[in-house]
Amino acid sequence: MISEREVESIAKLADIRIQKEELGEFTVQFNAILEYFDVLDRVEAAGEGRADLVNVFREDEVRPSLPVEDVLANAGSTEETFIKGPRVM
Amino acid sequence: MAGTFHFDAEDRSNAFITRVESATFGDGRLAGIPLAVKDNISTRGMQTTCGSRILEGYIPPYDAHVVELLREEGAAIVGKTNLDEFGMGTTTENSGFGPTTNPHDPARVPGGSSGGSAAAVAAGMVPMALGTDTGGSIRCPAAFCGIVGLKPTYGRVSRYGLIAYSNSLEQIGPMGRSVADVGTLMEVICRHDARDSTSYDRGYAHAPSGEIRGMTIGIPAEYFGEGVDPAVAECVRDAIATLESAGAIVEECSIPSMEYALAAYYVTCTSEASSNLARFDGVRYGPGVGTKRSWHDEFQEFRGEHFGREVQRRVMLGTFALSAGYYGKYYAKAQVAKENVRRDFLRVLKSVDVIAGPTMPTIAFRFGEKSDPLSMYLSDVLTVPANLAGVPAISVPCGRVEGMPVGLQIIGQHFADEVVVDVAFAFEQEGPA
Amino acid sequence: MKVIIGLEIHCQLNTDTKLFCGCSTDYRDDPPNTHVCPVCLALPGALPRLNTKAVEYALRVAKALNLEVAEECEFSRKNYFYPDLPKGYQITQYDRPLAERGVVEIEADDGTPKEVRITRIHLEEDPGRLVHRSGRDRAGYSLVDYNRSGIPLIEIVTEPDLRSPKEARRFLNKLRNTLEYLEVFDGEREGAIRVDANISLVGHNRVECKNISSYKGVEKALTFEITRQKNQIARGHEITRETRHFNEGRGITMSSRSKEEETDYRYFPEPDLRPLRVRDWLDDITLPELPDARKARFVAQYGISHNHARTLTGDMKLANFYEKVAGDDPVLAATWVADTLLGELNYRDMKIDRVPPAHFADLLALVRVDAITDRSGVDALRTMLDEGAAGEEMELPSAVVDRFGLRKAAGDEFDEVAAQVVEAHPDAVADYHNGKGGALNFLVGQAMRETRGRADARDLGRRIKELLENKEA
Ligand SMILES: [Zn+2]
Repeated sequence: MISEREVESIAKLADIRIQKEELGEFTVQFNAILEYFDVLDRVEAAGEGRADLVNVFREDEVRPSLPVEDVLANAGSTEETFIKGPRVM
Repeated sequence: MAGTFHFDAEDRSNAFITRVESATFGDGRLAGIPLAVKDNISTRGMQTTCGSRILEGYIPPYDAHVVELLREEGAAIVGKTNLDEFGMGTTTENSGFGPTTNPHDPARVPGGSSGGSAAAVAAGMVPMALGTDTGGSIRCPAAFCGIVGLKPTYGRVSRYGLIAYSNSLEQIGPMGRSVADVGTLMEVICRHDARDSTSYDRGYAHAPSGEIRGMTIGIPAEYFGEGVDPAVAECVRDAIATLESAGAIVEECSIPSMEYALAAYYVTCTSEASSNLARFDGVRYGPGVGTKRSWHDEFQEFRGEHFGREVQRRVMLGTFALSAGYYGKYYAKAQVAKENVRRDFLRVLKSVDVIAGPTMPTIAFRFGEKSDPLSMYLSDVLTVPANLAGVPAISVPCGRVEGMPVGLQIIGQHFADEVVVDVAFAFEQEGPA
Repeated sequence: MKVIIGLEIHCQLNTDTKLFCGCSTDYRDDPPNTHVCPVCLALPGALPRLNTKAVEYALRVAKALNLEVAEECEFSRKNYFYPDLPKGYQITQYDRPLAERGVVEIEADDGTPKEVRITRIHLEEDPGRLVHRSGRDRAGYSLVDYNRSGIPLIEIVTEPDLRSPKEARRFLNKLRNTLEYLEVFDGEREGAIRVDANISLVGHNRVECKNISSYKGVEKALTFEITRQKNQIARGHEITRETRHFNEGRGITMSSRSKEEETDYRYFPEPDLRPLRVRDWLDDITLPELPDARKARFVAQYGISHNHARTLTGDMKLANFYEKVAGDDPVLAATWVADTLLGELNYRDMKIDRVPPAHFADLLALVRVDAITDRSGVDALRTMLDEGAAGEEMELPSAVVDRFGLRKAAGDEFDEVAAQVVEAHPDAVADYHNGKGGALNFLVGQAMRETRGRADARDLGRRIKELLENKEA
């Protein structure tokens, strides 16, 4: 069972603001789902899988970058050719 | 014969998020054919939202690989179809742009998450469309809307430009009114692409053949178990009998890992999604994030406001499944389970050519019928195993229950997409209209 | 109190393109966000593609530092939110790194050889760069430039084997030098190396100092941290286990807010990339001569001192330069390069690659045939470097020598100066004859001034003494 407090801290880790009044419902749903996930406790490895597709590479060759207008076109706000982000201090 | 296609079909089902009035097209085997693309596939110069308000207004500066291929073959891309936000759903109710309705009954869901593509095809707005399938998102709406939908072998169609929900499970695939159309679209989109490191160089050039004499079809008991509507089960058994009468040999088989496949699926897809969706912070695209406060405060507010509830639920579930102390119990275990499912399919598909069963355990739900998330998740139980195993699977209409379409699912060996198409084609030739 | 230090070093590899896309890494002189594409800007739907060169470079390092390369390794996602991290995760390597268990030999503080164990080496991508501008209305946001986003890094992690800040610096110098010899790294690029240091005093908690972005900074940060921790303990406080940031400007470490500390990175394998099996590439990698080997060769081949050899091989470009100018008198060349040229370059903040070897060889030839004095040689060198520093074309030293008439005073000129000086200072001559020892030195000094250093002081002394003795007779 996970508690509302735990759900709150998961939301924080996921950078999603959950309204206080929604916490209860999320918690009930999570517990039902997590209880269902307990079936995984019964899983035992039938054998190791070995990847058949390995060593997929690209040559070190310069390709054109995007025109800077395209880079900035979808951004919320810009300054010169910088994109503005939230504070970090 | 390049030209312009005028797209004036009425959208009664809310199948489209974005549509164009006139689409130019070039020469090629799809020249002038109107084609709809699910809105989680990037289209240069055309809004791509993933059904999410968090991407509203986002105009990609590049085309997905499959879209490049469509354009090269002259398709007229007439719009972007509705979906459950980021593909997270089985009904297309979870779209930030309103639900899509089922053309067969507007009180019912079209299935999801590629509900917009399925509805657009079923309503006759377009003959073909692209969908994506992470845990059944092509096959479920194909079944619910009475059309054909193929989830290709993992790695056969490039994911470049597909906005990731669950990278290790999802594939772009063709949807259409007939198996032949689905085959044609598959021929166009199945090309190796170096930009997707998980892409195999296994092209698809295949004219469907209805000859299935002597082919063995495995019927897993688990596909007719608890939770499968008896009327749907009966409809599908009739369809299998049709295949048998066309010369196929039917055998019982078993996929024991089905017991935990659904849990493994949900742990995997929510884990990957929690990471894939971290980039939606409103800095580079989408409605702009605030900048005044510290980044955690701004990101939390932005993501709390612009993600829908189901997306928030899955991102949080995935965050939990990967978190310290739980990784071993959830994510790591799910990967073991996934490998076991793959092994089960490999084993069974050594002795049979294809596996057949229902696509969905029921017919299309009424809106609001499934109110709690877990019961909704449980309806994916028959589609997710193919994604976990990475094998191809197709849904082809096989009759009706309560007037609503039922889908027959045919699953094949890795890279045997041609075989599942052939079996579906054979059924289409023989089966009920 | 015994000090325990372990380092995590992030070095930018000097590939032509980024780790997962074809954007050019040569962005330092260009405006923000001009070296980005859907992949490194994290546009929805873009997928990473691994640069083969970055893997090859990392393997070179693994081989040079004696690491065991994994049979199979993979990339993982490190999930955290920060405005400079476009995907919301960094693609790095976690529980299956490229290579593990290596060793680097350095000199301990007492001069004896010492082995520093390397825990692991892995590949990862650099995040973007945040810029903060001053101004009241600008305090409320950050500016993001993604040009750096996706630049390939190798992270090198050491065991806690270092015992002093000086050792740490020596280790870093050795490492940097080795990476440059391997031609995978350009230490002169701004921000090309960043270090996190773990430091503790035996029996006490460990502190992590993050964000040290220069070689000198590492020694400073560690020295500060040791003093701080010792003071804490002396005052009876326990050391808090924490992460601190080094403030380069103020030379101090500061506690970072606890909020960031307990981040749960939720690592899991990167599903968009395939595993690597590249151990057999090692067979095709031929390592160049590394610093230690080159040092030994310099001593043996050129007959120069260990100290000179160490200085000269301590920087690959310097060693290359030396080998170009060593010529017929490698010992003379070593002295001039290591003892004179380096100091003059430092003074002008110039790099060795600004000095044309042919010019320097020309200078050495003048000194070697005794055409100029050492002092004139230094003058000619300074003139040449000043020209270079001012952005002018450098003159050949022999041309400088001719222009200023710096060739050694000899023959008539030499005799004349000596005679003049003796003539002009009868008092000093008298002092000399009265047995005052300083008088001769005074006269030589006057003569040196007269020739502006073009004459050899010892020759002048001999000549003036001759004149004085003759005068008495
Ligand atoms: Zn790029």
